[in-house]
Amino acid sequence: MSLEPQELEDLKSKIGREPTSTELQIVAAEWSEHCSYKSSKKHLKMLPMTGPLVISEKGYDSGVLDVGDGYVITAHIESHNHPSAVEPYGGAATGVGGVIRDILSAGTRPIAIFDGLRFGDIEKDQQARWLFKNAVTGIADYGNCLGIPTIGGEVEFDECYSNYALVDVAAIGFGKKENLIKNHANKGDLVVLMGGSTGRDGIGGSQFASDSLESEDRSAVQVPDPFIEKLVIEAILEARNHNLINALKDLGGGGLSCAVSETADTLGIGIEMDVDKVHTKESGMHPDEIMVSESQERMLIVTNKKKLKKLQEICKKFSITCSVIGHVTSGNLMHVKKGAKTFANISTDVVANAHLLDRPSKKPAYLDAIQKEKKLKPITNLSKTLMRLISSPNIASKIWVYSQYDHEVGIRTVVKPGKDASVLRLDNGKFLSAKIDGNPKQCYINPREGAIGCFEEACRNVVCTGAKPIGMLDHLQFGNPEDPEIFWTFLESLKGLTDFAKYFKIPCIGGKVSLYNETPSGPIKPTPLIGVLGLIDKKPLIPQKVLDGDSLIMIGDTKDELGGSEYYEYIHKFIGGNCPKVDFAESKKNMKSVLDLIKKQLLKVCHDCSKGGLAVAASEICMTNQIGCQLSLEKVPGEKLSDDKKLFSESHSRYLAVIDKKNIKKVEETLQKNKVSYKTIGKFTGNKIQFNHGKNTVIDLSVDKAQKAWVSSLGELVTHG
Amino acid sequence: MKVGVVVFPGSNCDRDMFHVLTDVFKLDAQYFWHEKGLPKNIDAVILPGGFSYGDRLRAGVIAAHSPVIADVQKMAKKGIPILGVCNGFQILVESGLLPGVLLKNTSLNFMCEWTNLIVENNKTPFTSQFKLYQKIPIPIANGEGRYYVDDDSLKQLKKNNQIVFRYENVVNGSTDRIAGVCNEDGNVVGMMPHPERAVESEINPIDNKPSSLIFESLLSSMGVTH
Repeated sequence: MSLEPQELEDLKSKIGREPTSTELQIVAAEWSEHCSYKSSKKHLKMLPMTGPLVISEKGYDSGVLDVGDGYVITAHIESHNHPSAVEPYGGAATGVGGVIRDILSAGTRPIAIFDGLRFGDIEKDQQARWLFKNAVTGIADYGNCLGIPTIGGEVEFDECYSNYALVDVAAIGFGKKENLIKNHANKGDLVVLMGGSTGRDGIGGSQFASDSLESEDRSAVQVPDPFIEKLVIEAILEARNHNLINALKDLGGGGLSCAVSETADTLGIGIEMDVDKVHTKESGMHPDEIMVSESQERMLIVTNKKKLKKLQEICKKFSITCSVIGHVTSGNLMHVKKGAKTFANISTDVVANAHLLDRPSKKPAYLDAIQKEKKLKPITNLSKTLMRLISSPNIASKIWVYSQYDHEVGIRTVVKPGKDASVLRLDNGKFLSAKIDGNPKQCYINPREGAIGCFEEACRNVVCTGAKPIGMLDHLQFGNPEDPEIFWTFLESLKGLTDFAKYFKIPCIGGKVSLYNETPSGPIKPTPLIGVLGLIDKKPLIPQKVLDGDSLIMIGDTKDELGGSEYYEYIHKFIGGNCPKVDFAESKKNMKSVLDLIKKQLLKVCHDCSKGGLAVAASEICMTNQIGCQLSLEKVPGEKLSDDKKLFSESHSRYLAVIDKKNIKKVEETLQKNKVSYKTIGKFTGNKIQFNHGKNTVIDLSVDKAQKAWVSSLGELVTHG
Repeated sequence: MKVGVVVFPGSNCDRDMFHVLTDVFKLDAQYFWHEKGLPKNIDAVILPGGFSYGDRLRAGVIAAHSPVIADVQKMAKKGIPILGVCNGFQILVESGLLPGVLLKNTSLNFMCEWTNLIVENNKTPFTSQFKLYQKIPIPIANGEGRYYVDDDSLKQLKKNNQIVFRYENVVNGSTDRIAGVCNEDGNVVGMMPHPERAVESEINPIDNKPSSLIFESLLSSMGVTH
């Protein structure tokens, strides 16, 4: 957990002398992969990051989008993988805390949390179950206490995460454009540290996160205190309302080292600070520890002498400690003292800008073979197969998770969790739709197409609510980047995302790269997680009750694309085959048509077709509405395929639309006009989920039985094993 | 006619409640920070939900010792309508204004879900506009929401008509499915579910009219017609 020999030489040549021990600690934290993005930064530039709605400001930790009428939303995504794998409760909770402060640092109020969770196979693996259960409780306890609703997310289990955990948290903020904090500083301004005390928890956390998880270094895991965070949020927003904040930065990875050096570097200033002024949890902390501690719930504020008194009053009101730890100087030095003694005096330009790497990459050897199809054992009872899929941890309802999250607080949640995307109402009468999606099974088989698929799936979900995608967040999680094969998968995913973003003109407004995600049995599968934000000007599609006689139209082609599908992997235990590929032109046409139909208020329900394919998507509509269906497989649009492939293919760009009989003609007119591939594949009726092929019944399953299993199986598995 | 919304450190439904009072029911509402006293001209007081003091020690127990509670107690004695929702209910219980205690849910988990309430007492200032046994679809969101009283106290509650709301089904293991109670005089009401989350049709997937009657009742008790 220190600098590489080469980096040490680089540092020495840049500062022209031996660094002090404090300087070494500061630089090691800031030059860690976690803080510096040294492996990825050069490449991330390929993503489009601008657009008509994107607002760029200096020094923001979150992306900002203009949603009209003087309002903005902010968004960011973070992960807390290494800490959560060691201490899931604290790791997950502090993951929430960190991303919330990123939203806060733009001066906006956090209004929603999303979480993407990944663990080993919980059916077999008790530790995975323990990690899952405690990570969920950690997120619940933190988010609920803050009064910020957790309104969506996803949970996935795969053996590649055994003894490990991916805990990704995204957050959204909302505020007035005029209240955004315009980071600036003048010589003589004061540097204030407010919030939680600095302690020995989370020492070296960012280096810990930049290494393979070999030691279970618990001292590197931060301790959560959501109550303090809640007070910090209210105090900061009150201070912002009084215009007391010149610049604001959250303390996350790298603690004070990063916050101070990055603030100074971004604003082109120097900062002189005294570690003795920092309020600490315990006495006798060494300056090095104070500088790299990642204790939670802390914010760095630049203010001036005139504003300080009012700021202190606000902190006093909320019983929050704030300490003036230093001041702004001219030049660009980060000068760290303890009393009169200097411990570090180093250019912020050196600290904040690690030497960027151009790592070698090489196509992994496994890829060619894995994309080959395999002859699978034929299945005679597909009803049983569907039942198994519906009850499987990856497909079963996640109600056990989201019912532990307060998803109503803030009274904005129009479409609640458990549907496609969640929808929030905004103060200007518009609606924000958001979803996060990942698919490591497909990304493993085809890193490029898999990543594009995650992006398209998140877009589809948002489109299902009637929203036009306006921004994207990417979270790229891979193994050790020093392995050229892993780095190749990173680059491929990134290129795929870039192509899709450019084609659809969806700007990337924020993201995060998490590398060194290695488990005792090797690297995780490539796990990009994509968040998409959509805006609805007038009315969202709130799913309506499906009634007897309503028709089901399927939009989009079903192809022979079952590689990475739940059917291949969960049922046949086969990892490989054709990974679904997004046809950009078809994707665009289908999205546009669905949005048209929703705008014309012709759809009762619109549901995205993804994990488990058509069979699961149609069953979900049946189970949610407690009504049966009769669907004809020969009508499914797309290639000629066997019944099981039609049922379980996970091809993209497909939607299921429930339509009142009387609207069918109007719907077909729109779809024909847009030259979309579609078919009415059947209707809702009775109390059985039925798929037929001609006169043959292929699947016949009781809705009640399916619904019971779907709703309760995950909770039962976690509680009773 | 002025409604005071008391804010404690960690309250997090204060802004939601304020929005409902002012924007939906056009009431004159005002926030009061827990360290300050309440002015004499307040006509009703609401203690909103949240995690006052982060639920440390026990939900509501630290807030119950806030300076503002002395004024709330005085107003309770004067017969002024007082409503505690969720954490507000826990605070009223901890400050002795309402009987019973709130324990961890039997699931031991935080629970956020829509439930049905049954109105058991329509004589309070928050339920006067309901028909007896009327059903209210409403969300709960709590970890310590299981109302508990011993058998003797339960008899007393029943005798004095102090059970205001029951859950239609068993939700969290509450004694006698109790979701809300009042004091003997009926002017202080506490409830675990969140009426402020249920009064607008945009966010209520079932029916927003019943829960609106809680606020309509308050308006009526204050002599305002809505």
